[in-house]
Amino acid sequence: MRDVAVIGVGETEFGELWDRSFRDLGIEAGLKAIQDAKLRSEDIDAVYIGNMSAGKFIDQEHVSALVADYSGLADMHLPTVRVEGGGACGAIALLQARLAIASGMHDIVVVGGAEKMTDVGEVQAAEILSSTADQEWESVFGATFAGLYAMMARRHMHEFGTTREQMAAVAVKNHKNGALNPEAQFQKEITIDAVLQAPWVAEPLGLFDCAPLSDGAAAVVLCEAQRARKFSDTPIRIAGSGQASDFLALHDRRDLTTLDATVIAGKRAFHEAKIMPKDIQVAEVHDNFTISEILAIEDLRFIEKGKGGPATAEGLTALNGKISVNTSGGLKARGQPVGATGVAQAVEIVRQLRGEAGKRQVVGARHGLTHTLGGTGATAVVHLFERGD
Amino acid sequence: MSLAIPRFWREIQSRYNLIGTKCGNCGKVDFPPRAVCPVCGRKSIGKMQRFQLGGKGSVVTYTVIHDAPAQFEMQKPYVMAIIEMDEGVRLTSQLIDVKPEDVRIGMKVQASFRKLGQDGDAGVIHYGYKFRPAG
Ligand SMILES: [Zn+2]
Repeated sequence: MRDVAVIGVGETEFGELWDRSFRDLGIEAGLKAIQDAKLRSEDIDAVYIGNMSAGKFIDQEHVSALVADYSGLADMHLPTVRVEGGGACGAIALLQARLAIASGMHDIVVVGGAEKMTDVGEVQAAEILSSTADQEWESVFGATFAGLYAMMARRHMHEFGTTREQMAAVAVKNHKNGALNPEAQFQKEITIDAVLQAPWVAEPLGLFDCAPLSDGAAAVVLCEAQRARKFSDTPIRIAGSGQASDFLALHDRRDLTTLDATVIAGKRAFHEAKIMPKDIQVAEVHDNFTISEILAIEDLRFIEKGKGGPATAEGLTALNGKISVNTSGGLKARGQPVGATGVAQAVEIVRQLRGEAGKRQVVGARHGLTHTLGGTGATAVVHLFERGD
Repeated sequence: MSLAIPRFWREIQSRYNLIGTKCGNCGKVDFPPRAVCPVCGRKSIGKMQRFQLGGKGSVVTYTVIHDAPAQFEMQKPYVMAIIEMDEGVRLTSQLIDVKPEDVRIGMKVQASFRKLGQDGDAGVIHYGYKFRPAG
């Protein structure tokens, strides 16, 4: 396998962007990444797009060709690929693009992720998110997406004594980080009390335990590592990648307080990169709900199983803590345009490893991790990044 | 979500009568029915037998849903739970005939045949299992 590096990154702001269409967003992120890499159109070999559900959100399928077209690449007749995999689609697109370069088939690939979620109402958007759970054996009985994560939270509280205050600490931390990110949907700090007093969504999760609905897009340019120096002074190497799946329905899983897909995807990525969780300084993990970040930091072996809540409350995962988690603000504060998630996480890690993260820069960041979930954890993807120098 | 009639009808045996499968190779019970045993894989093909659950189990975890899909709007707040059946298999269901604050992990429950939901005001009514405290 050939080595692959990131040579360009770009993103739009995330939020309820009523004046921007899916096309506008996809193009803005893609062009920013291409400019960042100083590429010409003719350098690009292929385009990969992560998108969860444009068919349901904006009634438009075939978005890979659409994005390439409106990015001015139609005349290049590039192969374009749209990847579906629930919330993990962007991270899977990145993995597939990496493989396409590693195999020798392509040298330079643009990977985008985009979602336009606010053209439908909130109830409908929540139902579309729920469609990544098991429609026949969960949703039809009344289980919502938040409800399924709430049941993981309840079980975690039961087994390990995790408290609502500790879960709230995830939201407070990520809003604090989001306040340092000019592209974040929420740039205001919040308090533990505000999280605890918010209306219920699915007990024990309240409104501020949930990531928002968002519009947004992100893109990265991948390049075969030996050529990467021609385009970037600080190419960021993809040191390892792991992907894993599990039972689609939460109730069929081995354990309700461990996402085995995360554990296995993490092991695969760390094995390939020949590093350990303790070698990571900065991580973007899938905090679609506060409990999800607690599960992720445990399942990725940053924190001992069951101690994710207290560790967060004690600040171990705060900016420049033991390990800095979700410096961008995460899905919680940066926003959650689903298809963009995995790619946006990679954008943040690349910025951190280049030393370009501004006020939220992690000191001495050399290795970074992204962790992305599909559904309630039936898919997990982990990527490891390192500075090339 | 709203389901087309054939889509719901196809699963009626399981949703009305708790019909699952039992692996003829290792004896593991699955619900809903599976064509291949997750434990035995290929060795189970052709050996999966129809198996009816007894309808009794206990609560493994639960939530109270406040933000509900349109179809369940009239029922909220309602309790959803993951239930471990006495046969060992787990499923997701609503809990009824119990106040949300009285639900406990470990609570014994039993299946009950009820209306699940309706497509729109004059739409098709779907039936299936819900669970209530075992009495
Ligand atoms: Zn078997």
